[in-house]
Amino acid sequence: MDGNEVYINQSNCVTPLGFDVKSNFEAVISGKTGIQKSEDYHQPVHISKTEDELLNQKFLEISKESHFSKLEKMMILALHPLVQQNSIGKNTPLFVSTTKGNIEALKASEKADALLSKPAQNVADFFGFTQKPIVISNACVSGLLAVAVAKRMIQAGAYQNAFIVAGDVVSEFVLSGFHSFQAVSELPCKPYDAHRSGITLGEAAAAVYISSEKIKNQQNILIKGDGSVNDANHISGPSRTGEGLYKSIASAMEEAGVKPAEVDFISAHGTATPYNDEMEAIAINRLGLQNIPLHSLKGYYGHTLGASGLLETVLAIESAFQNRLIPSKGFETLGVTKPLNVIRNAEEKEIHRFLKTASGFGGCNTAVIFEKVN
Amino acid sequence: MNTEYHISTFVSIKKNFIFLNGEKWFSVDTKMSFSEFSKSVYKHLGMEYPKFYKMDHLSKLGILAAETLFNHQGFSPEKEEIALILSNKSSSLDTDVKHQESIATADEFFPSPAVFVYTLANICLGEISIKYNLQTENAFFVFEQMNAEFLSIYASQLLHSGKAKKALCGWVEYYDENFEAFIYLVEKQGKFAHNTETIEKLYKH
Amino acid sequence: MEDLKLELKTKIIEALNLEDIELTDINDDDPLFGDGLGLDSIDALELIVLMDKDYGIKLTDPKEGKTIFQSINTMAAYISEHRTK
Repeated sequence: MDGNEVYINQSNCVTPLGFDVKSNFEAVISGKTGIQKSEDYHQPVHISKTEDELLNQKFLEISKESHFSKLEKMMILALHPLVQQNSIGKNTPLFVSTTKGNIEALKASEKADALLSKPAQNVADFFGFTQKPIVISNACVSGLLAVAVAKRMIQAGAYQNAFIVAGDVVSEFVLSGFHSFQAVSELPCKPYDAHRSGITLGEAAAAVYISSEKIKNQQNILIKGDGSVNDANHISGPSRTGEGLYKSIASAMEEAGVKPAEVDFISAHGTATPYNDEMEAIAINRLGLQNIPLHSLKGYYGHTLGASGLLETVLAIESAFQNRLIPSKGFETLGVTKPLNVIRNAEEKEIHRFLKTASGFGGCNTAVIFEKVN
Repeated sequence: MNTEYHISTFVSIKKNFIFLNGEKWFSVDTKMSFSEFSKSVYKHLGMEYPKFYKMDHLSKLGILAAETLFNHQGFSPEKEEIALILSNKSSSLDTDVKHQESIATADEFFPSPAVFVYTLANICLGEISIKYNLQTENAFFVFEQMNAEFLSIYASQLLHSGKAKKALCGWVEYYDENFEAFIYLVEKQGKFAHNTETIEKLYKH
Repeated sequence: MEDLKLELKTKIIEALNLEDIELTDINDDDPLFGDGLGLDSIDALELIVLMDKDYGIKLTDPKEGKTIFQSINTMAAYISEHRTK
């Protein structure tokens, strides 16, 4: 079973910019953003939120059941087309990545309703998965880590295929926490920019179907290498030398057998906090990747927490299929101490492989190398 | 592939008892709160680590279990490339409740960064990484109950791929004074075989 | 002012979970963010919350914190001048 190749065969996403990958890609290429001002929270703030009415309408198209939470509806809608096209066997797992699940349940109802296994099981039950879902809750790397974990489990021979869904919703719970860290930007976030001042929160769901086989007559994405290494430095501040990210990327590239010049673009984490972006710039330079076109998608979607790693991977895959780079929205002037080749225009480029990275509270970092194959 | 690796040491913490490799290693009057219990264990271990007192209960539980295990091993963990693969049922719910209380009303709205940072279960891993300087692979999973099969396959695969030399795996669960930790060290040599059956046996021990 | 300084020391020990520190261990002039108390970036943010919650002082620029939190003396002086609670 060793040396088995694992592919992403299909993907989907549900965001304020659309309910499928094509609409999302078109929206970001034309510079649209989901970020807008909101007065619904303790203080006025910019966030990126899916419209409840529109979401409910879309959900009605696939089910009349009304008891699902917003997060669950988004996850179900993201998974739906993937489940329709691929079968769920007795052994097929569902990986669910989320940081806070239905955290709003803490306000209203039983504390136990906020357990992460609840939304995961509700989504699994909707589709009739036999296996209990596997929840990955590893801060903001969860969505990307889920891909690495699922790929490793398939390589171990535990499964032949897997569904992965990632999602998080905007909540006062999380917003207030980031405010206490003085980490929320007053204006829409500006990753890597000299005037960046913090994050913009967002919500989204994304899903992928992966297996050890290529699907014929379409392009597939090979999960070529991965790494998920801790900084071992501080629980909220990233390592000043980018140790964990550096090691994660190095591990992924080593496994993939890929040199820096062979990476066509980087979809980085870019939360737009002063420290995160600086740390990434340092790690990227240490690896000799500073000339590779790079973006953060958080200027379009905000920081979608547990969804971000997977959502941004899904967009990067589409970018690779279309051979067109997605600009790094919000970026004007470089504001980190090391050079980065931040993507300014939606230019055409032959894309064969890309690097996706994520970092999060607790000192975690994840990096994956993906390669387009026919 | 599962027969390649072994479990060399395991630690269980249940209801104010600590077991090391199946033998009782420490116990206190069961009427103690977790705060009091954790302080007793900290002192018993001879720890001098002020950051301990800033941690939430979940992280304290994880650190005490890890310290007990590493002390017994007698090696310096940082040179051993030990991956961290932990899991639980409640994620960080205990601390989530505290954070929610701090923002319960518009008038008394004072979220605390020291509380908020612990509203993620993987911080427990982060604290262990920091204390023992483990710049290694790590992942935190949430299951309804201890999932020996998943952990054993994942850990074996990680070691097999060369991304780690050893792995500290297990279950660290804390919610509202109910707590339980079961962690074990996976490596090439060891007394017990590293497989689902053995892990389940040691867990229930 | 002396009462306020004592009050501050008590609050800081509690708010920052400085378990092994006694009131007498903190001198009025000692740098709070030096080696002595081992305070870090999260502690600095906690002190900002403490200023708001207990004294009604909202610090809009977290960089102000560097000068204000230099020592018990500087904290007490700032609070005396700006407190609304």
